[in-house]
Amino acid sequence: MEIPPAMAARATPAEQGSSVIRSFLQKKSSGRMADGVFAGLMLICALAIFGIVVLILLMLIDQSRLSIHAFGLRFFINRVWDPVTGKFGALPFLYGTVLSSLLAVCMAVPLALAVAIFLLDVCPRALRGPISFLTELLAAIPSVVYGLWGIFVLAPIIRDYVGPVLIRYLGWTGLFVAPDFGVGMFTAGVILAIMIFPVISSISRDVMRVVPVSQREGVLALGATRWEMLRIGVLRNARMGIIGSVILGLGRALGETMAVTMVIGNHPGMEKNLLAPGYTLASVIANEFTEATGDLYLSALIEIGLALFLVTIVVNAVARLMVWAVTRGNPGSVQS
Amino acid sequence: MSMQQSSQPGSAPVRSQSLERMIRLRRSATNHLVTGVAIVSTIVVLTPLVAILGYLLLKGASSLNLAFFTRPPMPVGMPGGGMANAIAGSAAVLGLASLLGIPVGIGAGVYLAEYARGTRRGAIVRFTADVLNGVPSIVMGIVAYALLVAPEHHFSGMAGGVALAIMMVPTVARTTEEMLALVPNPVREAAFGLGIPKWRTVLSVSLRTASPGIITGCMLAFARVAGETAPLLFTAFGNQFWSFDLNQPIAALPLQIFVYAVSPYDEWHRLAWAGALVLMVMIMASVTLVRIFADRGVLKGGS
Repeated sequence: MEIPPAMAARATPAEQGSSVIRSFLQKKSSGRMADGVFAGLMLICALAIFGIVVLILLMLIDQSRLSIHAFGLRFFINRVWDPVTGKFGALPFLYGTVLSSLLAVCMAVPLALAVAIFLLDVCPRALRGPISFLTELLAAIPSVVYGLWGIFVLAPIIRDYVGPVLIRYLGWTGLFVAPDFGVGMFTAGVILAIMIFPVISSISRDVMRVVPVSQREGVLALGATRWEMLRIGVLRNARMGIIGSVILGLGRALGETMAVTMVIGNHPGMEKNLLAPGYTLASVIANEFTEATGDLYLSALIEIGLALFLVTIVVNAVARLMVWAVTRGNPGSVQS
Repeated sequence: MSMQQSSQPGSAPVRSQSLERMIRLRRSATNHLVTGVAIVSTIVVLTPLVAILGYLLLKGASSLNLAFFTRPPMPVGMPGGGMANAIAGSAAVLGLASLLGIPVGIGAGVYLAEYARGTRRGAIVRFTADVLNGVPSIVMGIVAYALLVAPEHHFSGMAGGVALAIMMVPTVARTTEEMLALVPNPVREAAFGLGIPKWRTVLSVSLRTASPGIITGCMLAFARVAGETAPLLFTAFGNQFWSFDLNQPIAALPLQIFVYAVSPYDEWHRLAWAGALVLMVMIMASVTLVRIFADRGVLKGGS
């Protein structure tokens, strides 16, 4: 995109009459310096993105030094979280984060894939726009509004209607045991599922869309039904990207803070019972950060933040690479 | 499986007719079943959306009044009061975040689209931006706390603004890049042909052509951080009184909704619903605007 040097040379042997123009042009700088400065500025902006990531990492490591020195790696296998006696172990929060996120993924993935298929192939063209707009709206609702709805609408529904049914029919698994307060791991999972659904659905739709039409046509030409065409021609070709979208959703669920904090019950226990209250990495930071008395307490909370940062970075990087492997050449959507 | 069998030419005569019919029936039944599941799932997914919006309208609209927009909160136990200070505080924090985040984001997007298109460097920056996009918002809060709150020994609206600005950068950068990528190359070449230097071409031709798309992208990023609560918990912290001083704790709408929602008072729950409705209307208005722009074709004359 550089200006060809020949152009500047051709401008010089101009006609006599245009000497005013020529002297005007010569008075103006060639723009080389301005060009350099501008390119440099843009480069700095781009490097700022690296800078932010490095800054976050350094800040978190620096601030959690105290706790890292005091507990080492045992921090993540220690079950006791007792600020009063100064004992800090993050295992209950790790457990709560992983369990609630997995619950959410299990609930969201089948629905998200079904909706992606619906929007891609089943839905009449006229409805496609409005429905995909509505599912995108789900992504635009702020986390705190989900939490508000979760406390006052979803939790009572689960306490009064869903909980008793689960206890009655699935109680034997030990996963659903009374008493059910409405707030707990299961409610958090449901809220998270609603929140990560748009991510999984929209990205897996992007991935399915880039499967070449010839693949679909080939399968159809062999006499396949629509479902066979989707299964053999589309889902199998796009499976890498679909798994990537699921992992992206998982990453979103791992770091989700407000809605989970409002409905999970905030009790650092490690129970198999999904109706019992739990606690997550993000929500313990949200709840206790401003109340943390003492440097070790604060440092332990920041170490939890560091763990959260590293885990989500790795999860997101893996997921992005998988999505890229499929959509290479077609930039995906940014609204993830 | 069944499809592969029936497509083998040699196996057709061996199979009896009833078996053939059964297989065909099963295949079409599966097909209809999956179609049905897809339709039902879409309805299932849209239900919570309708429920959330319905409740917001129902509960929020009944508690909205003029005082909500003009008065700060009242002490516990006294009726009335509003969230005027929180709305103003949110505006101040978001304004600061936009001032810091949007220029950097646009710059990074310009670099990606105009200077590093198709290069390895560009791919790495793009990848980092995408990964940064997935970092939990509460982590940004911790960083802003460590940067600005801990050294100053007091919470401040500025720290909240910085936390939100960090969140805006990757989103703005990626949208800007995508919008610039849509600008047809001949437009740039025409500018170069007139002897216009590259920096001027980028500013007056590329950015100008893509500006509707970039503006909507910025609004999208703005709408996303407008509802963020977690990064403000220990940066902006919240305030029960009027304050415009960015060097002091400042109220913010999402923060106030959170505090009121988890409080035990019915009056505060009512205000939380009203606040959530106001927040949602603001966010949905901008998202809908973005959608309308995007549907019209973001770029006039673009390919």
